[in-house]
Amino acid sequence: MTPGAPAGTAPADSAPADTAPVDTAPAGTAPDTSPADAPPAVAALDTPERRYRMLRLIRSFEERALGLVKSGVITGGIHPYIGQEAVAVGVCAALGPADRLASTHRGHGHVLARGLDPARMLAELAGRVGGSNRGRGGSMHAADLRLGILGANGIVGAGAPIAVGAAWADRQAGSDAVAVAFFGDGALNQGVLLESLNLAAMWRLPVLFVCENNGYATTLPAGTAVAGSAVGRAAAFGIPATEVDGMDTEAVRAAAEEAVARARNGGGPAFLECRTYRFEGHHTMERLMKLHYRTPEEVAAWRERDPLPRAAAAIGAGRAAALDAEVDARLAAAEEFALASPHPDPAGAADHLYASGLRPRAGAVA
Amino acid sequence: MRLSYTKALNRALADELDTDPAVCVFGEDIGAGMAGPTLGLLDRFGSERIVDTPLSEQAFTAMAVGAALAGRRPVLEFQIPSLLFLVFEQLVNQAHKFSLMSGGQSGVPLTCLVPGSGSRSGWAGQHSDHPYSLFAHSGVKTVVPATPTDAYGLLRSAIQDPDPVVVFAPAAALPVRETVTWDLAPVPLGRARVHRAGTDVTLVAVGHLVHDALAVAEELAGEISVEVFDPRTLYPFDWAALGESLERTGRLVVIDDSNRSCGIGAEVLATAAEEFRLIAPPRRITRPDGTVLPFAPELDRALQPDREQLRHALRAVMK
Ligand SMILES: Cc1ncc(C[n+]2csc(CCOP(=O)(O)OP(=O)(O)O)c2C)c(N)n1
Ligand SMILES: [Mg+2]
Repeated sequence: MTPGAPAGTAPADSAPADTAPVDTAPAGTAPDTSPADAPPAVAALDTPERRYRMLRLIRSFEERALGLVKSGVITGGIHPYIGQEAVAVGVCAALGPADRLASTHRGHGHVLARGLDPARMLAELAGRVGGSNRGRGGSMHAADLRLGILGANGIVGAGAPIAVGAAWADRQAGSDAVAVAFFGDGALNQGVLLESLNLAAMWRLPVLFVCENNGYATTLPAGTAVAGSAVGRAAAFGIPATEVDGMDTEAVRAAAEEAVARARNGGGPAFLECRTYRFEGHHTMERLMKLHYRTPEEVAAWRERDPLPRAAAAIGAGRAAALDAEVDARLAAAEEFALASPHPDPAGAADHLYASGLRPRAGAVA
Repeated sequence: MRLSYTKALNRALADELDTDPAVCVFGEDIGAGMAGPTLGLLDRFGSERIVDTPLSEQAFTAMAVGAALAGRRPVLEFQIPSLLFLVFEQLVNQAHKFSLMSGGQSGVPLTCLVPGSGSRSGWAGQHSDHPYSLFAHSGVKTVVPATPTDAYGLLRSAIQDPDPVVVFAPAAALPVRETVTWDLAPVPLGRARVHRAGTDVTLVAVGHLVHDALAVAEELAGEISVEVFDPRTLYPFDWAALGESLERTGRLVVIDDSNRSCGIGAEVLATAAEEFRLIAPPRRITRPDGTVLPFAPELDRALQPDREQLRHALRAVMK
């Protein structure tokens, strides 16, 4: 029993990480396609306490990851999700076990809120065989199809039509599953995103489009990039579109629940614009550059609206502190798992390239 | 003067903007100069010519086609090499085909610049492509400078050229610095450069791999006399210069960061086999077929051409 769960119910999150490495086949042999651990469970986010705990998990996970980028354990850097946690938690709280989601380059929050084990995620960021993607994907490609996570994505806007396709297939299969497409304000200007809105609307597909408007696409302010409005664009396709406070977990959850229920019952797609803010730079590399696209006052004003204190206040400071401690312990164990997980063997670098097992020719004749 | 690769690109852009009012730049975060080559250009040339675009690559690439047909010389900066996949239609199907389809009424003088092509170590599958061979295959003029002075000179020529040109600035070449004691000048497209003369083997190296080629050639100097041949422009390729080099050496090794199948290395071997005299079977070192670079650094490195493979290939053609 985890301290955050009310008496008589199952622990809110899946059990601690199974520490068996995912990569059991020797490197260079046929790809091991069946991870050894039991299927993970989607995160239960059905109470304010569980939602608070997930907010904290994402926040602390990202803080740890920032440290590991600094110390060089994580190469390539990350796009930190800090500040936007209420969106991932509020939306995922509205989902059921069969639903799916497509994530973005800033995807750690989405996949953790869906239930991806932080130990596996941290191992992935460190490029270890125990990672969710066996160290092959890294920060921008976390995927776990067992949780309905169709993948984070390195290409802005690319996830939305993938979510639409999954929704189409699920409906054809007679399922009432809903697919969520997360994307940023920058993605609003990708043609493929508008094409996806049209297809989902025309075919009344069960898709929830979630625009995380954090005000900027890297250095470009949304105000100088988006003509009209985000919700106006969706509305033009006849899609019910709502603007919500993306710093308020409960507001996001309420809006998402309504949209998901309608989509599940055949009411077609919905669009949420969550007004939010990233507290950190666009990417960890930003620290090395001198960029002046937002004022310290603006950042400070948004930090005042941090979703965590609000959610903590709702459950009481004592409960929040206990959950914080629980999360800390879980993440300490996750980091231990990640750092103990072996580096992959270079001989297996081309493993998993083809699902059929086809082996590519090497780059040089021996 | 010490010149960095990125600074060289920056100077080439500034010099072209200075000399030709038709030149303009489109791209993401270029006002802030985030990738390097456009640093300071917004202040100097203004937002009418340094145009920060929304994330609409397909539209702004096709806009560049339209602007070019209306008399401008747009330069497009792409933050990641795989964005070229997104705009393949606009570059290959529109820009490249216009000259012929219009019966020679106009070329489309636009330049694409990709600062940081190839592996960036730790950026994984969708940010580590090196698709220059795709453009060479399509017949789009394709340039991969290895050094700062060539980066400067080739970018200037690309912008001046009446046709579309794609300029790849390999991530692994960006740290290269050069001491320059002469005036920087345009370098003509389609002209190779022999960095090091040799008599036993012609080693064709592309982009950042030129530096690996030079290091290995130096290391094996007592054993094999290696000529390091940098095509600089992959399409149109300087076949005449390659022929002259092979005339001297009769042996060929290519090191190329493309996927093996249908990469530029394959084209070099095929043309050499057809047209030139080789006294030993040629070798090429490439990425494997169909490469997707995995995230973990040791896996990422394992799929890229390396110096050990190069030593092996050079010794093999000498047998
Ligand atoms: C199609 C595409 N264009 C450009 C990039 C480079 N890039 C990565 S993230 C980003 C900004 C995205 O902004 P937004 O969609 O608002 O998401 P945020 O980073 O704010 O979460 C850019 C330009 C990319 N990955 N894909
Ligand atoms: Mg944004």
